[in-house]
Amino acid sequence: MLELRNAAKLVGGDYHIHPTSLSLSRGSLNVLLGPTLSGKTSLMRLMAGLDRPTSGSVVFDGVDVTGMPVQKRNVAMVYQQFINYSAFTVYENIASPMRIAGKDSATIDREVRKAAELMRLTPYLDRTPLNLSGGQQQRTALARALVKNASLVLMDEPLANLDYKLREELRAELPKIFALSGAIFVYATTEPHEALLLGGNTATLREGRITQFGPTIEVYRKPGDLATAKTFADPPLNSLGVIKANGTFRHSGSGDMPVPAHLAHIADGPVTIAFHPHHLALAPQTPNAPRLRARIQIAEITGSESFVHLDFGGARWIMLAPGIHDIDPDTQVDIFLDSRHLMAFREDGAAISTQMAA
Amino acid sequence: MARITLDHIRHAYGPNPSSEKDYALREVDHEWEDGGAYALLGPSGCGKTTLLNIISGLLHPSHGRILFGGKDVTDLSTQERNIAQVFQFPVIYDTMTVYDNLAFPLRNRNVPEAEVDRRVRDMLEIIDLADWSNRKAQRLTADQKQKISLGRGLVRNDVNAILFDEPLTVIDPHMKWVLRSQLKRLHKQFGFTMVYVTHDQTEALTFADKVVVMFEGEIVQIGTPAELFERPRHTFVGYFIGSPGMNVLPARLEGSNAHVGAQAVALDHAPDVKAGDRIEIGIRPEFIRIGREGMPVRISRVEDIGRHRIVRAEFEGQPIAIVSAEGEDIPAEARISFDPSAVNIYANSWRIGAKV
Amino acid sequence: MEKTWNNKAWFLVTPVLLLVAFSAVIPLMTVVNYSVQDTFGNNEFFWAGTDWFVQMLHSSRFWDALVRNLIFSFVILLIEIPLGIFIALNMPKHGIGVPVCLVLMALPLLIPWNVVGTIWQVFGRVDIGLLGHALEAIGIDYNYVRNPSDAWATVILMDVWHWTSLVVLLCYAGLVSIPDAYYQAAKIDGASRWAVFRYIQLPKMKRVLLIAVLLRFMDSFMIYTEPFVVTGGGPGNSTTFLSIDLVKMAIGQFDLGPAAAMSIIYFLIILLMSWVFYTVMTSSDADA
Repeated sequence: MLELRNAAKLVGGDYHIHPTSLSLSRGSLNVLLGPTLSGKTSLMRLMAGLDRPTSGSVVFDGVDVTGMPVQKRNVAMVYQQFINYSAFTVYENIASPMRIAGKDSATIDREVRKAAELMRLTPYLDRTPLNLSGGQQQRTALARALVKNASLVLMDEPLANLDYKLREELRAELPKIFALSGAIFVYATTEPHEALLLGGNTATLREGRITQFGPTIEVYRKPGDLATAKTFADPPLNSLGVIKANGTFRHSGSGDMPVPAHLAHIADGPVTIAFHPHHLALAPQTPNAPRLRARIQIAEITGSESFVHLDFGGARWIMLAPGIHDIDPDTQVDIFLDSRHLMAFREDGAAISTQMAA
Repeated sequence: MARITLDHIRHAYGPNPSSEKDYALREVDHEWEDGGAYALLGPSGCGKTTLLNIISGLLHPSHGRILFGGKDVTDLSTQERNIAQVFQFPVIYDTMTVYDNLAFPLRNRNVPEAEVDRRVRDMLEIIDLADWSNRKAQRLTADQKQKISLGRGLVRNDVNAILFDEPLTVIDPHMKWVLRSQLKRLHKQFGFTMVYVTHDQTEALTFADKVVVMFEGEIVQIGTPAELFERPRHTFVGYFIGSPGMNVLPARLEGSNAHVGAQAVALDHAPDVKAGDRIEIGIRPEFIRIGREGMPVRISRVEDIGRHRIVRAEFEGQPIAIVSAEGEDIPAEARISFDPSAVNIYANSWRIGAKV
Repeated sequence: MEKTWNNKAWFLVTPVLLLVAFSAVIPLMTVVNYSVQDTFGNNEFFWAGTDWFVQMLHSSRFWDALVRNLIFSFVILLIEIPLGIFIALNMPKHGIGVPVCLVLMALPLLIPWNVVGTIWQVFGRVDIGLLGHALEAIGIDYNYVRNPSDAWATVILMDVWHWTSLVVLLCYAGLVSIPDAYYQAAKIDGASRWAVFRYIQLPKMKRVLLIAVLLRFMDSFMIYTEPFVVTGGGPGNSTTFLSIDLVKMAIGQFDLGPAAAMSIIYFLIILLMSWVFYTVMTSSDADA
């Protein structure tokens, strides 16, 4: 188990990482999700022992490893750039951590072939990395990280430099590979979609702070605050500041909408309501879905669906509507909100718990 | 703005191409409309960047001609072609201010300063950097730098075409949505001819009126996003577009039924196949209904990705992906049915239509 | 950035620290010691305080040499930096020409200082030297032994020949690190050749240029071997630079005290000038 106990990183008076406590258990897959510069890499460096926390400690299996250099820990890392030894063959690249560890050649051979098979690199073992495609190079780096048999494997946006489709394929393979190994995996990404596909646990980061940590789908479904909800949304989350008065949400720019049952209990006053783009539609989802009026900014067609960018009383929203709707900019349209999925947040950003009708 | 004619273009990087394999680009012969937004989509090494460089004039094609508005520009340099281009990584002039960066292409062409000022200020508004105009470009974030690159590409109104080479690679997911929709709006507003290279299907489909799918140096299909999604001409297009891609299953045909293993799939037409063709059926995960009715499948995994779930299953010994909407029930003894109008038939990987 | 504490690092840097101590700090302290005392050899020392420093700062001999040094450094920077940039800009960036040019450029740098001096001493001689003889033959009165301006021209030419390569190599390294996309973008933006240089190449070369200017300034300010071999500081004192003067004083006249005081002043001047150069050249980075 890897624990951060109030670990913080202060650089030149600025917190790169605010005091953070986090514990990751063996055999778990943990996604760090956040935009560029939100502190994902800094956090990984603390976990790996590449940086020493300014305050707080790092504890591994009950042993305080704060300040222990990375060489003495059993850590493997994979980066966004494909980092391999260019003069070595793929075989030697994968074998290198075991050679350093002084394993015998029979063991090395067995492990290399096993990892190569898993990463579908067997036909390329005799090639050098520069004669491989990007995906194969990154798979080599991944294989090397795996054979190291590290207790902690850190991956910093490992698929970011790969083609979309290749990413999709590797992303589907990774959870299976993780499941076979007992290590703690930490995986940094900027893409909410990627976190959802990988599953496991997710920690959302914003400005050097972990805003929430828990099973991925739960963090997505029940964000604890607005920052988490926004980080974990692609297409971006739609939000609107409203005043709750009795049974309505009032909004100056656009009129009122009825408060759905699961939010009826909240006190009157200002709240921020938010929902995902696929909960807006051009036709009512339920008989009493609120009808809203918005102005089209631009419509984007993607296959069998349309992303419609809207202006709703000054708020910029996106609607993900099934079907092809190539509506001209500046047209006024009626849209319907599936208000069963509406989330509400207090002024300070904290989520207001919902009373789900069972 | 101009119509772009690609007249039998072929390109090989080596000096003496002998076989088809030596060509990075094999025979491209198309005409792209004036004011169209085109996306070149394909995996790395498919020739999309080669084609873009031929259009921009950075590469001279081994064979064929390229015409802008009917005028042969094959032998003209990049400058003479009068185009704008935005690169994958931000290209900014470090020592200049944001304002001067945007003014640079105009001043180089001796546009009167009053006109330069008007257009630069307009562009600063569009890319949302008006507050930064007097800052040195060097200190900005990658997002902002790329916005400057985009702005420099769009600031001239006399260009024949604007070319984009994976311009959103360095941009965070949220900002991608903003920049992409701004680009699209600009296109609707000014009607530039735009060519956009990407490996990302979402970018390609959302940006373009027409998507050009490339594979191994060839154009496999040019079509609207809907055409590519619903009627992929080649199984590669089916696989490459859509996430997850189209399910492609080996099949036998009997009249207007396709047999996959022991199961019969009803079609809405009788396909025109020849004896000896390798037949496959293609069905998108979005068009498979999962429930208690239909053909049996064995579910191996369910991935909940928020707005829907991806069900990975085995159907007649073949892996198959099914998209199931949020909140939809997935029974343990699941059965599936295909929407007949969404089933495509492929003979030797190419789509075939109905018998006439 | 603060790194994880690692004791090994100290073991690795200790030899360097010791080496620096022996090669720099201890000799420097010896010189400081000499500069405040008077000695006639045979290990007798008398306290002299700041006398030697006062004497040096009032001697025209010192100021003349210093001015010569400054002019020399100024002239060679003025020639070598632009010339170096010009050559680097015109060197090939791809193909077989690259290694050929790099080797050719590196050649002068591989020759020891005193050999360079000897080469030019012979090369410039009117009787047997190729350069001297040729100039003589086309009717130019050239003699670096007799004529101070000829001596200067020879020393400058020699330094340019010897050291421009360094500037070229540094600039070239800066130039090849510029991604092609920049040049392509500039073409598309309709930039002139000058604009490409001014807004792309020069900013990208700035850091290496700073290093080149600093190195060339310090080296040229401390020049000793080459003029010593070629002109021996003459004719008269026309090419007697501070370092040559210093050696004359210390070894030739055995005036250890004044020579030590002069060394220290000299050292402080170089330190100060380098600092000024560095601050001025990096200050433009800090704005914006």
